[in-house]
Amino acid sequence: MAETRLHCDVLVAGAGPAGIAAAIAARRAGKQVVVVDDNPHPGGQIWRGSMSGAHSTSAAARKWLQRFRASGAELLSSTRIVTAPGANTVLAEHEGNAIHIHYDALVLATGARELLLPFPGWTLPGVMGAGGLQAMAKAGLPLRGKRVVVAGTGPLLLAVAAAFVHEGATVPGVFDQASRENITAFAASLLTRPSLLMQGAGYLATIKSWRYRQGWWPLCVHGEATLQSVVMTNGSDTVEIACDYLACGFHLVPNIELGALLHCRIQNGAIIANEHQQTSVANVFTAGEAAGIAGLPQALVEGEIAGAYAAGAGNQVRHLLRRRTALRKVAARMNHAYRLRPELRALPQADTLICRCEDVSWQQLQGFSGMRSAKIHTRCGMGPCQGRICGAAMQFLAGWEADTHRPPLYPVQLSTLLPLAAHDTTHLEESI
Amino acid sequence: MPDSVTIRIDGQTVRVPHGTSVAAAIMMNGGFCRTSVQGEPRSAVCGMGICFECRAAVNGVAQQRTCQITCVDEMQVVTHG
Repeated sequence: MAETRLHCDVLVAGAGPAGIAAAIAARRAGKQVVVVDDNPHPGGQIWRGSMSGAHSTSAAARKWLQRFRASGAELLSSTRIVTAPGANTVLAEHEGNAIHIHYDALVLATGARELLLPFPGWTLPGVMGAGGLQAMAKAGLPLRGKRVVVAGTGPLLLAVAAAFVHEGATVPGVFDQASRENITAFAASLLTRPSLLMQGAGYLATIKSWRYRQGWWPLCVHGEATLQSVVMTNGSDTVEIACDYLACGFHLVPNIELGALLHCRIQNGAIIANEHQQTSVANVFTAGEAAGIAGLPQALVEGEIAGAYAAGAGNQVRHLLRRRTALRKVAARMNHAYRLRPELRALPQADTLICRCEDVSWQQLQGFSGMRSAKIHTRCGMGPCQGRICGAAMQFLAGWEADTHRPPLYPVQLSTLLPLAAHDTTHLEESI
Repeated sequence: MPDSVTIRIDGQTVRVPHGTSVAAAIMMNGGFCRTSVQGEPRSAVCGMGICFECRAAVNGVAQQRTCQITCVDEMQVVTHG
């Protein structure tokens, strides 16, 4: 297996909107920029390209992607950072090949994942994340003629439900666990931003607004080898709906693993950044959802700020600082409106699996005080996802803090790590 | 660029549109991706390379996240590992 060594002025982790904006800003300041992204194509989750064209990327997305391609930043796709073996150095893997990247400054634009919460049957094939099913549809999974129930919480639900309808799916219902009062109050607070309201109205027209139910959440699903139906409740009534897919996501969780590995300070599940998007580690910056769930406009603004400061050209972006403060207020209202109701903590039954990698049940986790002890005794969180799914679920269900993040961040081929054992790390740093 | 690619899933020839992910190919072929520790069938959940439920062997390399891999001609996929 080949081993490559690169140096760059600014390394950007993630090619979603925040990473793209950061890379463009750093290039504008004349820096040499490398962008590492796990996906086959740039754009992150929100600008993920669609094969069918039914999920058309917006004009704004096309403009940003075009600017990114023209920027001269070097993009390493299908590449993931697995560890940080020395100062200002990360080790990445691409198709089994090791890439050592040395940087002067790093921008963490690692985005977010969906919060997936356990309920009886949630491991059945056909039960997916809401954004998860949309990503699969964009990657060619046909939804024409399929019945897709959309559930969970957050503004994403309406957008994905409308996309499913455009793909030819039947969407019997979109169920948000947030109360009607909370969602209405949030929508009213957007009167100053009519474009967002118009967008929401468009989604509602597509799915038919009476199918959008607030204050409803999934109790369980039925099916043997595959999904047959989902039972929804509002706390007093229940309704069983036959479906081929349940697209269910409970809003988003920042991907902080790389930041935590680099000892960046984490608070409330997000990487802490100052007004220059600088983390607690001097030459490490962060932008977008990794720094707190706030949506696309915020990710672009933060990315631009982070990229400019990482390039030592912060004076170019001072005009953006006020805009970011205003956007943060909208984000705070959104996260408050879609906060999770306590009833969701009662969904797992004794035999409901919590850790999907190691098949650890809710019952097996009783009596442990936190992720560390549960891990040692039950293997919860020790599978390939490294606790990304069950850890986030247990944080909500039991208030367990995430365990410390240790390398490798992803399962990796031994051949990628072997050279690290051959050199000591001091030698490694000097040789770069 | 041809409109479709042909891969083999568990020995069966499957033709999918160009650009289809391996996970989507497995699911549209009616199968699932892996068998869990306790023997349950599992398929893609997060669609973005986080949950590892869509693992399968691709071209002889075990435990690949098939949602992050695009089908190319003559690719060999083995599920249920």
